Amino acid sequence: MGEIVLSDVRKSFGGVSIIQGIDLTIKDGEFVVFVGPSGCGKSTLLRLIAGLEDTTDGIIAIDGRDATRLPPARRGLAMVFQSYALYPHMSVRKNIAFPLRMAGMPAAEQDRKVEAAAKVLNLTPYLDRRPSQLSGGQRQRVAIGRAIVREPSAFLFDEPLSNLDAALRVSMRQEISELHQSLKTTMIYVTHDQVEAMTMADKIVVLNAGRIEQVGSPLELYKTPANLFVAGFIGSPKMNFIEGAEAAKHGAHTLGVRPEHIAIAADGPWKGVVGISEHLGSDTFLKVQVDGMGPLTVRAGGEVELHYGDAVSLAAQPGKLHRFDAAGHTLSA
Amino acid sequence: MATQASRTASRLMLSPAVVLLFLWMIVPLGMTIYFSLLRFNLLMPGTEEFTGFENYFYFFTDPAFWPALVNTLTLVLGVLVITVVGGVALAVLLDQPVWGQGIVRILVIAPFFVMPSVSALVWKNMLMNPVNGLFAAIARGLGLEPIDFFAEAPLASIIVIVAWQWLPFATLILLTALQSLDREQMDAAEMDGAGPIRRFVHLTVPHLTRAITVVVLIQTIFLLSVFAEILVTTNGGPGTASTTLTFLVYMQSMLQFDVGLGSAGGIVAVILANIVAIFLMRMIGKNLEA
Ligand SMILES: Nc1ncnc2c1ncn2[C@@H]1O[C@H](COP(=O)(O)OP(=O)(O)OP(=O)(O)O)[C@@H](O)[C@H]1O
Ligand SMILES: [Mg+2]
Repeated sequence: MGEIVLSDVRKSFGGVSIIQGIDLTIKDGEFVVFVGPSGCGKSTLLRLIAGLEDTTDGIIAIDGRDATRLPPARRGLAMVFQSYALYPHMSVRKNIAFPLRMAGMPAAEQDRKVEAAAKVLNLTPYLDRRPSQLSGGQRQRVAIGRAIVREPSAFLFDEPLSNLDAALRVSMRQEISELHQSLKTTMIYVTHDQVEAMTMADKIVVLNAGRIEQVGSPLELYKTPANLFVAGFIGSPKMNFIEGAEAAKHGAHTLGVRPEHIAIAADGPWKGVVGISEHLGSDTFLKVQVDGMGPLTVRAGGEVELHYGDAVSLAAQPGKLHRFDAAGHTLSA
Repeated sequence: MATQASRTASRLMLSPAVVLLFLWMIVPLGMTIYFSLLRFNLLMPGTEEFTGFENYFYFFTDPAFWPALVNTLTLVLGVLVITVVGGVALAVLLDQPVWGQGIVRILVIAPFFVMPSVSALVWKNMLMNPVNGLFAAIARGLGLEPIDFFAEAPLASIIVIVAWQWLPFATLILLTALQSLDREQMDAAEMDGAGPIRRFVHLTVPHLTRAITVVVLIQTIFLLSVFAEILVTTNGGPGTASTTLTFLVYMQSMLQFDVGLGSAGGIVAVILANIVAIFLMRMIGKNLEA
């Protein structure tokens, strides 16, 4: 079990309102990702759920029970921190066993559970090392091991991979996804990495300035963003926003079109000049200065040979335009 | 320090300082050893002569020697225990976010800035004095007999005074160490089900071991040579009840004008300090390794 329901949860630090009324239901077994710009309150929200901060207002219910005033240890949740937060003077074995020891479990059973967790996480050869003698990825696995031995009803991750290099991040990301597949436990995962959010989540929660902007599956958010903020935040490179006459032509205040939905076409309506072009091999990202519209980012195929100063004509793929009103809300098609 | 040239240069640059420091140490030590082997009494000038280890023999057989040795170790150990335990407690308290934290911290540090002789006088005349002292007044207020601290518990009184002076130092070092304790570790332990006491035992104390080691080593060096507090308060008495090795050396060379005997005592004190140092390094020195 691991259903978490937040009702109008608020948090202020010294009069400054950081979390401004969050309503959210996280179903048992779901993998939910919180994304949002830095400082929007992702960590704070996670710490509220964990019980490491007191809510200013609102109710947090775990498995149908009001847990708003429960101390962290009694909520049955486990957390993995960005800094790993391993106990530096204890061996890996003792680190993983710590929550069991605190719970007063017999030593033999502790050992059995630690060995089992170590096996799942490929940590068996390192059990008697200190955290300082491990690599970043191994430390992260120890932190995860310490979380799984408790058999929590939900896992909370606060940017667990942000200290790792790109390659390791990819493999750890997959390990965590696999862990979720095998354990089927609820996971809440905070990140500001687009790719992590899109690839891992069953459900993405986009936060901005302490409010939820939109909740949905990765593809829902990509295809039908509810507003300008979500449209700009999900997707990489960022969606192009066009204002003025061109937008008015489509009956919108702002027009949005993703770089991958713009084609280079000889008879395209948008004519411009190539600025920067980034050749990545698989793709080419072009910054095109379009007459009367400003710069557009275009994602073209890897073989495209366009360089600074070349003239180019562009066309948006039909049906891929997003329209927003003056307040930034999406206009229905 | 990569190349041969830079290494040679660094050695050359350092050598004057090293030579100076070496002379600074070896000249007084050599002279003291030399004097300790002489019969050398200021009251009888011109009678200096080589006597071998006679001074050491007299020093060791002095009836005050063993009490002084025990007193020295008691003083060091007593002050260390009080300052480390009290320092940890104060550091934990001062680490809590409270109103007026800055001022409270300055207040706690303040005793360290008071000269030893002055603070000993304050304790002697204003606090522990059996007639005029604050403690006596409190005792009388409670209907109790005032205690003459320096007559009844001279060594304990001195331990309290010295501990009061060194508590700020210990608190300061331990507080700094405490502030470098990772908050997320504490949060993790809280989620793992460890209450405040178990967090203290399993996280805070291990985190502080290195700082405690530093406090113990530094304080030991200074505590072995505590002098002003004894001179100002008890003068080593009653009898030998508060005489330490340092004070014994002072009595013999300054009060009895016997430079030879005093020097022998000084050498014994140096040897004792080294034994304590080796002992400490063996016991807790490994805490300092990374
Ligand atoms: N203990 C605190 N006291 C006061 N303000 C705080 C406290 N903790 C967080 N804040 C404020 O709350 C806001 C949200 O912080 P939070 O750490 O939740 O951001 P975040 O979304 O996790 O950002 P990041 O992606 O950079 O980790 C920030 O403006 C921060 O300054
Ligand atoms: Mg954060």
